[in-house]
Amino acid sequence: MGANETKLEEILRHRKAQKFNLWLGMIGMFMMFAALSSGFIVYTASGVDKGIKTILPQAFLYSTIVIILSSVTLHLAFKAAKLNQLAKQKMLLLITIVLGIVFFILQVKSWGVLTEQGVYFINNNASQSFIYIFTGLHLAHIIAGLFVLIRAYIGAAKPIASDLNVFRMDLAAIFWHFLDLLWIYIYVFLLLNQ
Amino acid sequence: MSSTVLSHDAAHHDAHGHHHETFLTKYVFSQDHKMIAKQFLITGIIMAVFAMLLSLLFRIQLAWPDKEFPILEVFLGKWAEGGRIKPEFFLSLVTIHGTMMVFFVLTAGLSGTFSNLLIPYQIGARDMASPLMNMLSYWFFFTACVIMIASFFIESGPASPGWTIYPPLSAVPTAIAGSGLGMTMWLASMTLFIVSQVLGGVNYISTVLNMRTKGMDLWKMPLTIWAFFLTAIVGLLSFPVLVSAVVLLIFDRSAGTSFYLSDLVVQGQILPNEGGSPILFQHLFWFLGHPEVYIVVMPALGLTSEVISTNSRKPIFGYHAMVYSLVGITVLSFIVWGHHMFVTGMNPFLGGVFMITTLIIAVPSAVKSFNYMATLWRGNIRFTPAMMFAIGMVSFFISGGLTGLFLGNAALDINLHDTYFVVAHFHLVMGSASIFGMLCGVYHWFPKMFGRMMNEKLGYFHFWLTFIGAYLVFFPMHFMGVDGVPRRYYSFTEFAFMEKWVSVNVLVTWAAIIAGVGQLAFLINFFGSIFKGKVAPQNPWNSNTLEWTTPVEHIHGNWPGEIPTVHRWPYDYSKPGHNEDFIPQHIPFSQTMSSNMPHDFEGNEEAIRIQEQWNKENNRVVEG
Repeated sequence: MGANETKLEEILRHRKAQKFNLWLGMIGMFMMFAALSSGFIVYTASGVDKGIKTILPQAFLYSTIVIILSSVTLHLAFKAAKLNQLAKQKMLLLITIVLGIVFFILQVKSWGVLTEQGVYFINNNASQSFIYIFTGLHLAHIIAGLFVLIRAYIGAAKPIASDLNVFRMDLAAIFWHFLDLLWIYIYVFLLLNQ
Repeated sequence: MSSTVLSHDAAHHDAHGHHHETFLTKYVFSQDHKMIAKQFLITGIIMAVFAMLLSLLFRIQLAWPDKEFPILEVFLGKWAEGGRIKPEFFLSLVTIHGTMMVFFVLTAGLSGTFSNLLIPYQIGARDMASPLMNMLSYWFFFTACVIMIASFFIESGPASPGWTIYPPLSAVPTAIAGSGLGMTMWLASMTLFIVSQVLGGVNYISTVLNMRTKGMDLWKMPLTIWAFFLTAIVGLLSFPVLVSAVVLLIFDRSAGTSFYLSDLVVQGQILPNEGGSPILFQHLFWFLGHPEVYIVVMPALGLTSEVISTNSRKPIFGYHAMVYSLVGITVLSFIVWGHHMFVTGMNPFLGGVFMITTLIIAVPSAVKSFNYMATLWRGNIRFTPAMMFAIGMVSFFISGGLTGLFLGNAALDINLHDTYFVVAHFHLVMGSASIFGMLCGVYHWFPKMFGRMMNEKLGYFHFWLTFIGAYLVFFPMHFMGVDGVPRRYYSFTEFAFMEKWVSVNVLVTWAAIIAGVGQLAFLINFFGSIFKGKVAPQNPWNSNTLEWTTPVEHIHGNWPGEIPTVHRWPYDYSKPGHNEDFIPQHIPFSQTMSSNMPHDFEGNEEAIRIQEQWNKENNRVVEG
C-alpha cells in the first residue's frame, strides 16, 4: 500500500514539474518575441523612412476572432474532459483544431494581401519585413500547438486513462491560450506601430 | 556513519519500477542524470581539446609569422600551403576556438555536466523533472558539436567572422570564404545548441523548484545548486533572444532581407540591401552575449564555493551574501550589454548608464571574492587538487575582474576596445576562471561520477603547469593592449609599432604549448582513473552534501531506500562540540546535542527547551 502511495505521489509531483516546464518554456518563447519587439522598435527609430507605413490587412482581424473562438472551444473541451464527457470533448477539440487551421490559412492569406499592397518581405524598409517575421514565427508555434491538440485528440479517442486525459488537455489548453494571447500581443503591437 | 540511509540492498528500490536496460538505453540514449552528466563531460573535454589545438595553431602563426612549418601542411592541406597558415583560416581558427570554448565547453560542458550530476544528488531527487528532455538536451548538444566540427571538412572552410558573428561578414555569404557554407553550418549548429540549452535549463529550474527532498528548503541548498539554478534562469531568458537575432540573420543571408545590411559593395558588386543596421544585431547578440559570460562563470563560482568550504573545513563565509551576490549578478547581467558597444556611436548618455550598471557588478563580485578569502582564513586547509583549482579560480576571477573596471569605463574603453587588453581580460576572468572551476569540479566529484579516485600527483602537476601557463599566456597581453595592439590580427610584422611585440608573442606561444602539453597529464589521469583509479570510499572528502550519502555504485533512482530528509544547512564544518569536523545535512539535531547552537532551531521553542535542558544535564555552556 505504501509503495502505491509513493508511486502516486511521485506521478503527481512529476506532472506538476512537467506543467511547470511548460510555463518556463512559454517564458522562453515570450523572450523571443520580446527580442523581436525591441529589435523592431530600435530599427524603426533609426530613420523617418522606416516604420510599417501601411494599413494592416483586414484578414488579421478575422484571424484574431478565429483564434479567440478556438480558445473558447478548447476551454469548453477541457471542461468536458474534466466532467468525463468524452464525446463532447472530442467534438469540441475537433472544432478547435479546425479553427486553428483556419487561423493558419487566414494568416497566410494576409501575407498575400500585404504583397498586393506592395509590402514585401524583401524590403529596404525592414520594419515591413518584421511583420512577416512576427507572423511567421508565431505560425511556427501554431504548428506546434496543432500537434499538441492532435495528440490530445488521439488521447481522447483511444481513450487513455481519464486523469491522464485531463492532464494532457490541461497542458494543451495552457499552451494554446498562450499562443492566442501571444497573437493578440503581436497584433496590438503592430497596430500601435501602424 | 551514514548507514541509517543506506541499506545497500538495491532490491528494496522499487519506487521506480525495474527497467530492462540494454547497452543503448544505458550508455547511449540514457535518461539517467548521472550518465547524461558523464556524456556532457566527456563530450565537453573532447571539444576543449579540439578548441585548444585550434588555439595552438594560431598561436604558432602569431609567434613565427614568417616561418614555415611543413608539418602544418601535412595536416591542414591547402589551409597551410607551404607550411604557413592562411589568413582566412586564421580567422576561422579564432572564430571556432571562441565558439567552442564559450558555448560547447564552458556552457554545455560545465553546466551540462554539473547541473545534471549535482542537482538531483544534492537536492535529494531520484532524477530530473523530465529525464526525456534531459536526454534530448544532450543529443541536440552532441549534434551541434558534430556539425561544428564537420565545418572543417568542407571546401570553403569553417565560419570566420569571430565568435560574435557580427554582420556584414556573417550576413553576406560572398564576403569571405568563411561567410559561405561554413557560416551556415555555424548557424545550424548554434540553433541546435540553443534548443539543447533551453531544454536543459528548463529542466534544471523545474527540478530545483519542484523535486527537493523533505526539509530541503531554499536556504538549505548548497551554493552549487543556487548557482546552477540562477545560471539556468539567465540562460532561459537570454538564449531565446539569440534565436531571434539568428532568425533575422538567416533571412538576411539567404532570402535577401535587409535587417542588418546596408550600403555594401562586395568584390566590386553593389549589394541591393538597403536600410539595415548591423548595430541592431549587436544589441540583440549582446543581450544574450553578456549574460552568457555569467552563464559561464556562475557555475564555476558555485562549484568552488562548495569545494573551498569543504576543504577549508569551515562553513562558507557569508552564505546569504553569497546567494544574494549571485542573484545580484543574475539581475545585473541583463542590463549591461551596452558596454560591448561603447564605440558603435552610442549616445554618450546611454553609454554612461551602461557604464554605471557595469561597474556595479564589481560589488557582488567583490563580495564573493572577499567571502572566499574569509572562508580560507585560518581554515584547516586541505590542498587537494580540487582545492588547488578552486583557489586558482579565485585568483583568476580577481586578476581578470580588476581589468573589467578599466574596460567597463566608457572613456577608457574607447582606447582599449578590440585590443589584446580585452583578450587578456576575458581569458582570465571568464576563460581561465571557468575552466579552473570546471577542473575543480572534475577533481572533486570524479569519485562520485566514476566511483574511483584520480591520481593526486598528476593532479598537482596538471595544476601548476596550467596555472603558471595561463598567467604567462594572458598576463603579457595586457601590455600589448595598452600599447594598442588589436586583436584578431593575422600577423604583427606588417606594422612597425607592433613589431616589437613579436618577441612577447614567442613567449606567449611557448607558454601556451607547455600548458597545452600539461593537459595530457589531465587526460591520462582522467581516462586512466576511470578504469584503474583507486576505488573511492563513499564520502572521500568528508563532505556534508547529500550526494555523498548515495552508494558508490550508481543505481537508478540514486538512493536504494528512502531519500534522506534534510535537517541542516550544508556547511556545518568544524562545528564546536562535535566529535567530527563535519555534520552531513541529513543528520538530525537530536543526534548532535553536544554541538547545537540556539540559532540552529530557527525559533522552535520546544526544540530550544529540550536543548537547554540537555545542556544543563551535561554541564554544557553555550556562548552567545
